[in-house]
Amino acid sequence: MSIKLEHVNYIYSPETAYEIHALRDVNLEIGQGEFIGLIGHTGSGKSTLVQHLNGLVKATDGHVYFHGEDIYAHGYDMKKLRSRVGLVFQYPEHQLFEVDVLSDVCFGPKNQGLSREEAEERAKEALQMVGLSEEFYKQSPFELSGGQKRRAAIAGVLAMEPEVLILDEPTAGLDPKGRDEILDQISALHREKKITIVLVSHSMEDVAKYVGRIVVMNQGEVMYDDTPREVFRHYKELEEVGLAAPQVTYMMHALKEKGFAVDEDATTIEEARDTILKSLRGRL
Amino acid sequence: MIRDITLGQYYPADSILHKLDPRVKLVTTISFLVALFLVNSWVGYVVATIFLVSVIRLSKVPFPFMVRGLKAIFLILMITVVFNLFLTPGDRVLVHFWKLQITDKGLRTAIFMAIRLVYLIVGSSVMTLTTTPNDLTDGMERLLGPLKKLHVPVHEVAMMMSIALRFIPILLEETDKIMKAQIARGADFESGNLLQKAKSLVPLLVPLFISAFRRANDLAMAMEARCYRGGEGRTKMKPLVYARRDYLAYGTVMIFLAVIIAVRIVL
Repeated sequence: MSIKLEHVNYIYSPETAYEIHALRDVNLEIGQGEFIGLIGHTGSGKSTLVQHLNGLVKATDGHVYFHGEDIYAHGYDMKKLRSRVGLVFQYPEHQLFEVDVLSDVCFGPKNQGLSREEAEERAKEALQMVGLSEEFYKQSPFELSGGQKRRAAIAGVLAMEPEVLILDEPTAGLDPKGRDEILDQISALHREKKITIVLVSHSMEDVAKYVGRIVVMNQGEVMYDDTPREVFRHYKELEEVGLAAPQVTYMMHALKEKGFAVDEDATTIEEARDTILKSLRGRL
Repeated sequence: MIRDITLGQYYPADSILHKLDPRVKLVTTISFLVALFLVNSWVGYVVATIFLVSVIRLSKVPFPFMVRGLKAIFLILMITVVFNLFLTPGDRVLVHFWKLQITDKGLRTAIFMAIRLVYLIVGSSVMTLTTTPNDLTDGMERLLGPLKKLHVPVHEVAMMMSIALRFIPILLEETDKIMKAQIARGADFESGNLLQKAKSLVPLLVPLFISAFRRANDLAMAMEARCYRGGEGRTKMKPLVYARRDYLAYGTVMIFLAVIIAVRIVL
């Protein structure tokens, strides 16, 4: 068990006119090597929740454990926690500041106390993982395209070699090609490096293809926490809270209603293809 | 942490003060500040206190918000009081120790100065708490309107002010976000000596400036796209028109000023 949240509550500006109860009694366990999709519409508390996972925001009430240790305990090394739980914020390209891409990616490892050579080595490795080749090393990060900037910023967190990588809407504002590239690279990281990944998104479509487990947030509470199949069965309830199941789910349900013997729990296009073909073959 | 900074913090409430024309509130605040410097007797301060307390009661803003602004000037206030208390020569020495002495005049000046400063801050807080920054710049623009004849770019200055005010909370939020993002990458903004601290601000300031420029660019583009071309012939969505309560307020302020001046002349 790498991260565990117990009865976490968080209130913004408590006891003022602007009080917001952002998280309500959240209980969550994130296991080693999992690939989790954290889903909720705007203002559901998902961004607040992920900031609890590396101690950037302290819960108003409740506990967060990392490898069984209470991170709010006196003397707990927060800096170390943050290098083991990497958090990529929304629009991470807004945090780029160095003169060239390589130095920017080195910022994290250097803060971990690594030497210049070690940091550069890690940076190069991270840049390779996100698909930025050597020609970009000495370019100013501000001259890159939107998708390249985003990848450079993700590399900045990856270079710290975290055990858990949290990405807050990593595909926001990218075109479909850029979105698929980034998601494929994240998925490869999970497969090859065995990094635990928490992917925050409001799009079921994005996550259905990759994750093994979906946590749905609604108004600061965990609404569902299950495999994609199980969660998408509640597609009507999801619609009520402003979310939607992948289009495949709707199509499968529509086909089922028309009398086709398809598996309505198919969540990806590949699964859908297989079950449709199967049902058609059955008819012939 | 960063949200604690108050700057022209508007407190929404439904009071007569909130409804008043911003021009009235500006003129009242200026009159009140002038009155504070005219006052030089206990009677005058009693009149000013009655005025201020009734205005605060009318505003329906909780009292703690009024005195929040005092925190910022606490040091200046203390220095003023201490200097006036010990360094004013007077006729009668009240307390004498070592090389310092407190005279009757010193005590009087110190108290008056303290009251003056506190009232100054609280008085202007009443205005900023009951008026949105936009209304305030609107009011200023209209009040300074005559300066246009002297080719002072009143509208442009007012527009710049309202844009600047509008961007303060946005930039604060942005600062908070970038700070968190860099802390997540292991940045340390707290420890180290002055030089190290200054250096550690680079990862915060560079992205912040870039985002400020980007926002400025976007805003300029959006304004041009909507054919903004300055104040000439521009109409308002909510034009400022005096209502009956505004004339009443002006009357009250005139009476207040008259009383203050009368007290000053008579006593």
